[in-house]
Amino acid sequence: MKNKLISLEDAVARIPDGASLLIGGFMAVGGPNRLVDELIRQGKHDLTIIANDTARPNNGLGKLVVEKLVRRVVTSHIGLNPETQKQMIAGDIEVELVPQGTLAERIRAGGVGLGGVLTPTGVGTTVEEGKRKVEIDGVTYLLEMPIKADFALVAAKQADLYGNLTYALTARNFNPLMAMAGATVIAEAEDILPVGCIPPDAVMTPSVLVDYIVAATPR
Amino acid sequence: MDEKTLIAKRVALELMDGDLVNLGIGLPTLVARYVPAGRHVFFQSENGIVGMSGPITGAENHDLTDAGGSPISALPGAASFDSAFSFGLIRGGHLDVTVLGGLQIDREGRLANWMVPGKMVPGMGGAMDLVTGARRVIVAMQHSAKGEAKIVERCALPLTSVRRVDLVVTDLAVIEPTDAGLVLKETAPGVTVEQVIANTGCELIIAPGLRSMPIEG
Repeated sequence: MKNKLISLEDAVARIPDGASLLIGGFMAVGGPNRLVDELIRQGKHDLTIIANDTARPNNGLGKLVVEKLVRRVVTSHIGLNPETQKQMIAGDIEVELVPQGTLAERIRAGGVGLGGVLTPTGVGTTVEEGKRKVEIDGVTYLLEMPIKADFALVAAKQADLYGNLTYALTARNFNPLMAMAGATVIAEAEDILPVGCIPPDAVMTPSVLVDYIVAATPR
Repeated sequence: MDEKTLIAKRVALELMDGDLVNLGIGLPTLVARYVPAGRHVFFQSENGIVGMSGPITGAENHDLTDAGGSPISALPGAASFDSAFSFGLIRGGHLDVTVLGGLQIDREGRLANWMVPGKMVPGMGGAMDLVTGARRVIVAMQHSAKGEAKIVERCALPLTSVRRVDLVVTDLAVIEPTDAGLVLKETAPGVTVEQVIANTGCELIIAPGLRSMPIEG
């Protein structure tokens, strides 16, 4: 089996300009923040980012926006990153705002092979514009489309050398969903362990989904 | 007592023993401080936990925050999960109460609280899912903003959901949206019905049992 544990530089070098990236984290908690910093160092640009939020200008993936490396972002919240709002109003960045629960389900749908999701969220609001509506048993739902991406960058508490992952507390958030929806999955892990150290019941993302592992702190 | 404390204390009376409750960012987070004695309430944060404490200082864990990114702790009996599960709780009818701030409420009890076009476009975050899916939606807000009524005939701001909210608690009044319209049920201590009407931008129905908010000084 190939060795999945690679250097930070090698991992990010595999990501081309213009790539679409699912990036885990919620206000950068549980975000692959070292991978993000390396994207900036390598100057990857014209990125499409799918993430819960754009964090703050000085942390997590918020810094990608500040460095003007992002062309399009699909997210539920940009309120704590004034730079995203500024670039959106100036027309420099395209922003698709998605209700948070809908974003989670669209990513899940993308990862598990569903053709879309029917949700009541957004019916009768600006969110429904341009979307198909479906009525089931008298309730109106919006058809929301699945989301996939070229890469998923996720942050884990633990990884074993096969790539089995665990997450801690609220740092889990979007990570396990994204690990199913990225064509290539790079996991940044705080602790890297020998195979067999994570009990099967504790694994939250099975290793078969993970392509590369990098260490969250320099080794 | 300042206005926000009054609102938070009144909202807290609505929380029942065993309820699963999600508090929005800002004023709603104050509600957790005033849960009546003898009632155990589980607080959810949509980033993936049931059984959170309020914000903490000291002993912070960088993997454990509320939806605003502030450090919290997990109380004994807490559970953590991913975002799809978290919104499954919300959308699936498992969340007893959500308390959210408001920018406008219309006569049909519909809420606008997520953007001011051209001015403030933060994104809806979890608000649309919360208003659509929670069993009970309570709006906690100032009755008016800079002298302008926030309770209006029709919302000028984009709606958060077409679902009618269940209760509106302000610094002046408690109002219940119904089929017939907005019913004034309580006035704040020292506030008259006339004052409430003067600060409201649409018709109010005065409840037969109108009372003063049961809040002690």
